[in-house]
Parts: sequence; C-alpha cells; structure tokens
Amino acid sequence: MSWLETYVRPKIKALVGSPPDIPENLWLKCDNCGQMIFHRDLEANHHVCQHCNHHMRLPIATRLALLFDEGAYETIELPKTPVDPLKFRDVKRYSDRLKESQSKLAAMAAGSGAVGDHRDAIRVAHGKMDGRNAVIAAFDFSFMGGSMGIAVGEGLVAAARLAVLQKAPLIVIPATGGARMQEGILSLMQMPRSIIAVQEVKDAGLPYIVLLTNPTTGGVSASFAMLGDIHIAEPGAVIGFAGRRVIEQTVKENLPEGFQTAEYLLEHGMVDIVAPRSQLKETLVRVISLLTPGAPDAVADLARVEAELEQAGSADLEIPALAAGDDAGAAGGKP
Amino acid sequence: MRNFLDFEQPIADLEGKIEELRHLADTGEVNIADEVSKLQGKVDRLVTQTYAKLTPWQKVQVARHADRPHFSDYVDRLITDYQPLAGDRNFADDHAVLGGLGRFRGQACVVLGHEKGGDTQARIKHNFGMARPEGYRKAQRLMSLAARFNLPVITLVDTPGAYPGVGAEERGQSEAIARSIEGCLQSPTPLVSTVIGEGGSGGAIALAAGDAILMLEHSVYSVISPEGCASILWRSAEQAQTAAEALRLTAQDLQKLGVIDRIVTEPVGGAHRNPEAAIASVGDAIDTALDELTALEPAALKSRRREKFLSMGRDALT
Repeated sequence: MSWLETYVRPKIKALVGSPPDIPENLWLKCDNCGQMIFHRDLEANHHVCQHCNHHMRLPIATRLALLFDEGAYETIELPKTPVDPLKFRDVKRYSDRLKESQSKLAAMAAGSGAVGDHRDAIRVAHGKMDGRNAVIAAFDFSFMGGSMGIAVGEGLVAAARLAVLQKAPLIVIPATGGARMQEGILSLMQMPRSIIAVQEVKDAGLPYIVLLTNPTTGGVSASFAMLGDIHIAEPGAVIGFAGRRVIEQTVKENLPEGFQTAEYLLEHGMVDIVAPRSQLKETLVRVISLLTPGAPDAVADLARVEAELEQAGSADLEIPALAAGDDAGAAGGKP
Repeated sequence: MRNFLDFEQPIADLEGKIEELRHLADTGEVNIADEVSKLQGKVDRLVTQTYAKLTPWQKVQVARHADRPHFSDYVDRLITDYQPLAGDRNFADDHAVLGGLGRFRGQACVVLGHEKGGDTQARIKHNFGMARPEGYRKAQRLMSLAARFNLPVITLVDTPGAYPGVGAEERGQSEAIARSIEGCLQSPTPLVSTVIGEGGSGGAIALAAGDAILMLEHSVYSVISPEGCASILWRSAEQAQTAAEALRLTAQDLQKLGVIDRIVTEPVGGAHRNPEAAIASVGDAIDTALDELTALEPAALKSRRREKFLSMGRDALT
C-alpha cells in the first residue's frame, strides 16, 4: 500500500467523514465457512457467523460496548511512554509503522464515532457491569497485531491500578501475537511488568479475570494471560506459546486436530470456560459476583447511603465517596 | 581440537602455524622458540583486537560457542556440597533445567539454571537447553523450597528458548513460564540471575526476574532469536546479522537500556578460551550482588524488585 492509501486517504476521510447512509460493504463473507452474511445480521450476532458459529474479530469499541451496561464506558488516557526506544528499523522504520497504525486507528475511530486513546495496542476502560464497577483492558489486534511493548505494559499497569483504586475487578482481554519485536528486550520485560500489575490486583483481593480471544500467543500467553483467577476463552480462539509453524518445523509431524484452540485448551486444563460471545457478559457477571459476595453493589450502596442520610434527617450532608463504603455508613449514622 | 568461529579464522590460521612449528621442533633439531613466541604474541594481539570489537552477530556466535562453560561447569567450580534435585512432582524431570541445593562460598543456597550440554550426547539429553513446562515447574519448586528455608537463589541463564513442541503446549508451556516469572518476582529471599550464554526470550526471563541481573560480557539476551526475527520482519533468515544489530541484544546495550545491572568481564578471547577465569569472575560478581541484598527484609526485597521491573523501559536509550 502506498502512503496515499494508508495516510492521506484516511486523513481525508477523517476530515470529510464517510457518507453515513451508504455503507461500504453490505455483505460480508465469513472467513471460516465462506458464506455471505448481511452486515446487520453480523452486528446483531456480535460478529459471529450465523452459519458456522465462527467468532470473527470484534472491533474493540464494539467489544467494550458489549460488556459494559448499556454499552457505556469511559476510557482512560494512557501514560506517555518512550517511542521507538531502540531506533529499530527492519525493512521499514518502526517509528513509521507506529505512525501508520496510529493514523489507521484514528481514521477508524473517527468513522465509528468511538473515543479513546489510540496511541497503541491497548485500551483501558471502566464502567459498570450489572451495576458494579469494572475495569477492562482490551488489546486492539488491528494495532500491529496487538503486540505488547512498553505502551501496552504501561496500559496494563494503569488498568491494574485503576482497578485497585476503584476496588473493582480487572478483566483483561488479550488479542495478540505476543511481544513486539521492534522494542527488543524491553518488550520481553513487559512479561514481568504485566505480572507485577496483576499481582497488585490480586494483592488487593480483587478478581482478575482473563478473557482469551483470538489469538493469544507468545509472550502475552506466557505472562499475565495465564495467571488469571479465572480463564474464559472465546470459541475457536487460538491460544498457545509457540506458533504453529515453528512447532511443525521442530517436531516435523502433523499437529493434532484443533491444536491450540480454546476447546483444546479446555480439554487440557488450561482454561475454565469456553463461552460463546452471546454469553460472555452474563458469564463474567456471574463469576465476578460469586467471587466478591461481600462487596457492596454500587447501586445498592448509593441507595443505602441515601436512606441512611434520610433517616438521620440531614439533607445537607455531603454524600461520601462510594468507594469508602464503611465510612459512608458511619457518617450517615452520626450527622 | 579447538572449535573456531568463522570470524576467528585468522586466529585459527596463526595457531595452526604454531602447531606446525612445534611439530617440526619435536622431530628435528630446529630451534623455534623465538619464532613460536613471536607468533604467539601475534595471536594474542589478534585475539584481543578481535574480541574488543565484536559485532552483535559475532557475540551471538560466541554466546552459543560449544566450548563455552555451561551450568554444570559453574556448579562444579562454584558450588560445594551440591545436591541436585529432580522433577516437577507433576509429570517428569526436565533435563534442560537443572538445579538443587548447595553452598556458594559457604552459604547454603538454591542454584538452578539451563543446561545446554557439552557434547552431542549431552546436548540431546538436555534438549539443547530448551525446557518444557516441567523445567519451569521444577524451577518454581526449587524457588518455593528456597523461600521456605530462607535460602538465596542463584540462577544461571543459557537457553535458545522454551521448547516448541506439541506436548509442551498441551501441558501448558505458557502457564509454566508465567508462573516461573511470578515465582522469581515473589521470592522472599535474594535472587541473583546471570546470563552466561544465550538469554532466549520467555524461556530466559522465566529464570531471570531477579533482584540483580548480571551478564557475561559476550553473552546475549533477546526477545527473539536474530534468525527468528529476521525471518518474520525481513522474511529472510539470511538477515539474522542485521536483526542481531537491530535487536540490541548485547550486554553492553542492555546495560544502557537499564535492563541488566552489571556486566561480568570475560577473559581475553571469550569465556571458552579460559573457562576457569570466566567462572571465577561470575562467582565474584554473584558474591558482590548477594552481599548487597542479604541485609534486606523480604517485604523490602519484593517491593524493590517490583519497582526495578516497573521502572524498566520508562527511560529510553539515548
């Protein structure tokens, strides 16, 4: 692709906007069974093929909207990290690859009206799931194959700290080929860094849940992604350490059927649940509410504080922060 | 028979000449002492010059040198009362990761690391230092043992990477590596890691998330092998040399990047030319590192270690 297509065209598109009522592709072909799917059906079915149940890649904004109540969530701005620390160059400069990916994402976001931070392959969002606070860190496969470099690691640290701050569960959704080679050893160091991040969540007694999507491989699967309290995987997702080709070349034999798929990992004891996309949210909500039975539900908490305030007959009391559940009760009792 | 690397050909030629002269001296009455010492001086200068400016790709070759001292050589010379321990208590004993109890300069400790093997038979036995999940689970077991008995942990890293096999995947290669990194990070006692040869990707960091990370001068440590990187990014394994440069995998670059704490100087011409000296230097460096850490309480040690890794990469290479 030339710079005209990758850079100028998206820029122009972002400026003038695509005509909203003429969708480019009304029909999409399932990349598994080859059947045609009408775009509305595809959206209604959360990008799952209605013919073969193949789970196609879900755009990150759609993914987040699917999991949060009423599709409402906020993304946080990610900490600034060094850009291209090694001054890496293969057939192309890494800094150019980054810029291309960033403008591609910006153009896509402008087209869909999505907001958020588009600097790298991770999005950190928070909102309510069944009325409770939740933090989700989701990988964006469309950004350099969702590869994990410093920015992604820093995003995971930020997500973990946000979860601790909000006393909320952390859900991480990898969709990644693994470490970002262009950041060399620093990308490898994201393995311990991301593990430290999720340790902070675990130390705070909060649930850490991994939702494995297609693909979750390499350095990501060999770090935080395999350390969840609960592992949920989407049907058919490829999950593993080494790539298929590398294994084939090493062992020089055909790989077993379904090798490294979510179902295969379930069979081999590496994931807890394989849940179809339509049941993801209810599964997550159920698991989280069972793991945190003592945690006051945010909505109930607000109601309780209000009721206590009313009982105390003091309307002008400041409503204490919801996070401080116990203190709120005490304040309500002693006007 | 010495193994020479490609770039050592001029050195090999000169040493060949010396050998020839010695052979002549043995058979005839020619006095060659002067000639030999002159040639030897030349060899020494050439070795020094060559090793003073090794390219990253040459370092990769040195790091993989067959005669480079391996885990067992270090244990033989640095650890007394060594008691090897075996097995992951789950499935098997992985010979790619060795370890056990012993004394390092009098102090009881747990020592573990990758073993590549010194000859063909040993290399096959140790699977070229490429561990399966059982290797990383053995490592976790030994780290827990160290924690329980308040023993410091010494790890030696020397692996091309984790083994890419069907069984390894089925038994949870990813999970085993992840838990092993977690094991390092949670160690309540000092954990000193030294990259003695090849630090290959996830298989290396599994044993290297320590309080102090040391590297031998000509060892390498990388997210992916130069060959693997070249075949993915350049679509040609022939570009491995270029990839080795781009990846910044030398000890010198990693120190600048703040990923390792200390470079251990190798004897002139690399650890393989004088294993005893290399091993002694590594021993001294481990000793110094442990000395600095032993005073720290478990909680302080853990939070210091977390902070060390969290701060990595926040400052870019200038």
